Amino acid sequence: MSEYKSVKEIEKDPKKNESKKIEDQGILKGLEQLTPEKIEIVINQVINDETGARLKVYVDTCVHCGMCSKGCHFFLSLNDPKFSPAGKVKQTLWEILRKKGKVSTEFIKDAATVAYTQCNLCKRCAMYCPFGLDVAYVMSVMRRICHKLGVVPLYIQDTAHSHSATMNQMWVKDDEWIDTLMWQEEEAQEAIENLRIPLDKEGADIFYSVIGPEPKFRAQLIFQAAVIMNAAHENWTMPSMPGWDNSDMCMFTGDYEMMERLKRRHFESALNLRAKRIVMGECGHAFRSVYDVGNRALAWKMPPIEVVHAIEYYNELFEQKKIKIKKKFDRPVTLHDPCNISRGRGLHEMARNIVKATCAEFIEMTPNREHNYCCSAGGGVINCGPPFKNARVESGKAKAKQLFAAKAKGAEVVIAPCHNCHGGLEDIIHHYGVDMELKFFGDIIYEILELPEL
Amino acid sequence: MHNFYYFATGPLAWIAFLVFIGGSIWRFRELLELAKRKDSIVFEYMDTKFALRSIVHWLIPFGSRSMKINPTMTVVTFLFHICLFLTPLFVFGHVILWKENFNISWFTLPNAVADLMTLIVIASCLFFLWRRIKLPDVKYLTTPLDFIILFIVATPFVSGFWAYHQFPGFATMTIIHIISGEIMLMAIPFTKLFHMFLFPFTRGYIGSEFGGVRMAKDW
Repeated sequence: MSEYKSVKEIEKDPKKNESKKIEDQGILKGLEQLTPEKIEIVINQVINDETGARLKVYVDTCVHCGMCSKGCHFFLSLNDPKFSPAGKVKQTLWEILRKKGKVSTEFIKDAATVAYTQCNLCKRCAMYCPFGLDVAYVMSVMRRICHKLGVVPLYIQDTAHSHSATMNQMWVKDDEWIDTLMWQEEEAQEAIENLRIPLDKEGADIFYSVIGPEPKFRAQLIFQAAVIMNAAHENWTMPSMPGWDNSDMCMFTGDYEMMERLKRRHFESALNLRAKRIVMGECGHAFRSVYDVGNRALAWKMPPIEVVHAIEYYNELFEQKKIKIKKKFDRPVTLHDPCNISRGRGLHEMARNIVKATCAEFIEMTPNREHNYCCSAGGGVINCGPPFKNARVESGKAKAKQLFAAKAKGAEVVIAPCHNCHGGLEDIIHHYGVDMELKFFGDIIYEILELPEL
Repeated sequence: MHNFYYFATGPLAWIAFLVFIGGSIWRFRELLELAKRKDSIVFEYMDTKFALRSIVHWLIPFGSRSMKINPTMTVVTFLFHICLFLTPLFVFGHVILWKENFNISWFTLPNAVADLMTLIVIASCLFFLWRRIKLPDVKYLTTPLDFIILFIVATPFVSGFWAYHQFPGFATMTIIHIISGEIMLMAIPFTKLFHMFLFPFTRGYIGSEFGGVRMAKDW
């Protein structure tokens, strides 16, 4: 099935990324309703009402030096100037500001493709630009404009619709959610008798929230979390009502009004139950939305209730010796640092602590920590769906080489503590024939966990 | 020609300094006003400690990974910027002008050193020109204005070198030197050359974000 056997073969591949030619029905339908006049009005509305000195400075200060190029895995993978971070600004806001919003529908079509599918908003380039210009922010402004123009890739817009109709990303109905939790509770009782997933418990120490795809596709993660919580004798709870989903595709489509509703609902679910803090599953973008973007949109400088990512939580479990392991995971592992929790929250050292506590052999991939390459799936790119899948996997070439290098040193398992990264890495591993196994920390901890005496 | 020389060293010099200082203050005020109205987030998250941490790392050669993986660019940029600033401030011919006109003076560079520094600036400009023409990613970003700015920066140094060594036509070159220097000064507030003043703020802000919120390094 796979096309490549080694790094050499990847390097020889002459294929160029052709995502510009991809026809996305969401983008095309949106364009049909547009005229240059409408575009100009909307653009100027966003620029004048929603942006300020920051955007101006970011676009004006850029001296076109190209230092950001090597900061971007798209550029590193495709070696095409159009994929350098500044190159993406050139194709979007640079033109828009220069022409004061007088751009064509064709321009918007390309700009939408660039902003939604050729940037993971991973902010790695901000660490390579000498000025620290935040291209992810500029791309977000472009997405905001596209959202207001109604030019959004079909698949990600569908998740945004789901968010607004159900308050979760995956069209999970209220009864299905409870049903899933009870089903996982029952499954987990095979491991620990009398195990509970306590619903709506007031005053719990931990309010555990997950992303929509967990009940939809990866329900076993809820089961594993329940086992870990029970093994650690935690006073925890999960909400039975909407507000359980901490994910946020609206943040990535540019639908900030909806993002605010989602974040408020999530915070309020926890606060209504008087929970002491929110612990989140192993997801990167959801953490970004709760810890960074969503709270700010709601005018909370920091989240109104303490938010703890699974990595912080697991690290705490080992530091406080709340759980015991039978024996260490014995296959050599490597660790993928997800952008939103390493570059977004500095959790990379804690992640290494967990690796040390749980795995016998650890092999670093390089670059790592803040400098790790993105999985190419984040920032909503994987959520733009099948039309863009091939292009996305192509842009993961740099990642594939990095994985091959870790594999050459002996790594067999990649730990990726983020759902988006899992999706992206899975495709990369498959496409390039990397042949490594992917795991969450939860998978590893569950596997080696010493269950409490019955 | 003498009249023109007096105009360039007299009124035009005053105008150049006024435009440079006044224009820069105006640009800053504009941005500050806009930021106050629209970007309260910048003031909320700006953090002196983390801003300085980031700025310092980026002012040290090879202080960031970005610089390490672009070694030639790093060496050239640092030499270029250092020479670009120090040469005009401390070259003997300029200090003498300050002494003659305002009776203030300061340390001067030995002529041979100033000469070398001038050549470094010129060579750096050629390197930047080469990058703009030859490197596909830089070429893609380059606009006609970028070439003009490079020209504006290089001319005072080329003409200064020419005039100092009294190559043929050095009298004309002296005037070109003066005028091009004045043009560069005046261009600072209104072109990308303004990046010299914005650097501490853009770097400081991302440093504050990374340090205070993201708890990560940004170098």
